[in-house]
Amino acid sequence: MPEITFLQAINQALHQEMEADNTVFMLGQDIGILGGAFKATEGLFDKFGRERVIDTPMCEYAFSGLANGAALMGLRPIVEFQFADFISTGFDPIVQFAATHHYRQNNPLPIVFRAPWGGGSYAGPFHSQCPEAWFAHTAGLKVVIPSNPYDAKGLLISAIRDPNPVIFFEPKYLYRSQSGEVPSDAYTVDLGLANVAHTGDDISIITYGAMVPEAITASKILHKSNISCEVIDLRTISPLDSQTILDSVKKTGKVLVLHEARKTAGIGAEIAAIVSENAFEYLDAPITRVTAPDTPVPYSPPLENAYRPNSDSVIQAAKTLYYF
Amino acid sequence: MLESDKTDHIKLLYWMMLTRAVDDRTISLAKLGKIPGTIFSQKGHEAISVGAACALSAADVVAPMHRDLGAYLVRGMTPGRIFSQAMARSTSPSQGRDVNTHGMGDIELGIIGYVSHLPQAMTVALGAAFSFQYRNEPRVALTFTGDGASSEGAFSESLNLAAVLKLPIVFILEDNQYAYSTPSKYQYAITDLAARATAFGLPGMTVSGNNVLDVRRTTIKAIHRARNGGGPTLIKANTMRMEGHALHDSAEYVPKELLDKWKAKDPIANYKKMLYEKKVLNRRTEKLLLEQINKEVSNGEQWAENSPYPDPSTLTEGVYA
Ligand SMILES: Cc1ncc(C[n+]2csc(CCOP(=O)(O)OP(=O)(O)O)c2C)c(N)n1
Ligand SMILES: [Mg+2]
Repeated sequence: MPEITFLQAINQALHQEMEADNTVFMLGQDIGILGGAFKATEGLFDKFGRERVIDTPMCEYAFSGLANGAALMGLRPIVEFQFADFISTGFDPIVQFAATHHYRQNNPLPIVFRAPWGGGSYAGPFHSQCPEAWFAHTAGLKVVIPSNPYDAKGLLISAIRDPNPVIFFEPKYLYRSQSGEVPSDAYTVDLGLANVAHTGDDISIITYGAMVPEAITASKILHKSNISCEVIDLRTISPLDSQTILDSVKKTGKVLVLHEARKTAGIGAEIAAIVSENAFEYLDAPITRVTAPDTPVPYSPPLENAYRPNSDSVIQAAKTLYYF
Repeated sequence: MLESDKTDHIKLLYWMMLTRAVDDRTISLAKLGKIPGTIFSQKGHEAISVGAACALSAADVVAPMHRDLGAYLVRGMTPGRIFSQAMARSTSPSQGRDVNTHGMGDIELGIIGYVSHLPQAMTVALGAAFSFQYRNEPRVALTFTGDGASSEGAFSESLNLAAVLKLPIVFILEDNQYAYSTPSKYQYAITDLAARATAFGLPGMTVSGNNVLDVRRTTIKAIHRARNGGGPTLIKANTMRMEGHALHDSAEYVPKELLDKWKAKDPIANYKKMLYEKKVLNRRTEKLLLEQINKEVSNGEQWAENSPYPDPSTLTEGVYA
């Protein structure tokens, strides 16, 4: 299997789905002529033209709404937000129309809202955000955050073929830093299924996105101290795969929830609640959360390094949890 | 006058009268405690929603707002389904999940149900228009919004995006001089909202929103233009909201003289008067029209009342497709 980057995996999925289905089209800012701020859409404009790869004006509200109408009329729009931070300007059509549409009107609404997401690149408060909790709290949306090239391609293809609106966040920290073997043909990875990324017996580290590689690194180091960690890569944040979470927790009895989004009312809080509601009697220690603090994302490297969790903070927390 | 022209006039009158009858009956049902939610008054808007919707062809789509009951009826939404939606029954277009004309869509009829957030219907209509352009289909999207909603960012974004992509779409802006309690002078500082269109590079027209023929004529032109690749048009229709914003609103903030002035311009009464003068309408025809409308309304009401409420066991169904 060829080894490609996370970014190339995204690009491949887009090319292949555009080729396979002419109801698929893309819209967003600078995705055509430029090929996207991160080059995720490179080559698409040349191959499919302005009819299907549309450089829009700056209007997140209007183009998200346009995607809603186009999906209703049988197309499969893929919307790119230049950064996940700018999804707030298109929030209304996504959470009010797209999310509620099937419940109210019974029509499928196949749309993918993609965005480069998360921090780690010293891009400051407005180019580093992790807004997944906003969408996970909204009924009717699927929220997907892959952690490696294989999943990125398979999950994106699933998202494009899904009859529901899907928020697809791409950890931009991994775009070029992560490579892996990816089949060159199209394939799918099911939405709504978590993946056991690393098996272990003592602690369940439940995480997603760019924190998955950090958790795996931490697990390998902890192994040397005879602490065996299981890493659950959620992949889909909404709907959550409670089964895989609970299976792991029942085995280990200790839970470390890890995300680079802020702590309060984050996905980690939901996971902690699911575990205590359903597996309380299996717990041998309080649930630990390793997350960013409740501040905006700061710019200066010493500040962002302190803000964003990493393998070191996981190791520290895991040791405390292990010896509880 | 040609016989076909006569039929056409009677049709327009029928749709406006039906709109008013359904509106009136919904208000009565609300007063009888049969409607759990609220409803938006339609009086003053009948000529706009009917006139514009009558300019559409069968394959076109409409994305209405909350004063466009007439457009629903013209597109084939039955009074029964409208009452059932208001009465929150399982047979309604939203299966009892959405309130009054919100979410009263039916894709088969070419009606896109709206969400409350104004003017979001404009953006959804952009997408319908886009899909027609994408597939090279000679179809057009028609959408409605209000003077208040024209101050929202999405209004400007929509006009701009439609103009840039040259979409086959027609925007109707219903300027009824109020947005809830806020009068136009607190809403916008330009003299004519139609001028907003010019600023984005599309034509902006103004019509009398109380003249169904004027509304329809102008909309037909705009639709023709859109269908033939000429791009979007904004039509601003002037009218007056003759009752409160919604059922609960007694609208004491509206000066009585203003209402009196506009009462004399009632879209239905004046159209009728003209048809009597042109000898298109006579007492017999009017009586027949009324009888038919009353029958449709009471049959619809009965059907809605006999429809079951949604079963609470279905509460969590259908969040996803
Ligand atoms: C974004 C948004 N804010 C507030 C409301 C609450 N609201 C419903 S109708 C309305 C007034 C709308 O005025 P206008 O656009 O002039 O339409 P009209 O009701 O006069 O027909 C308001 C404020 C809303 N529906 N959407
Ligand atoms: Mg108004």
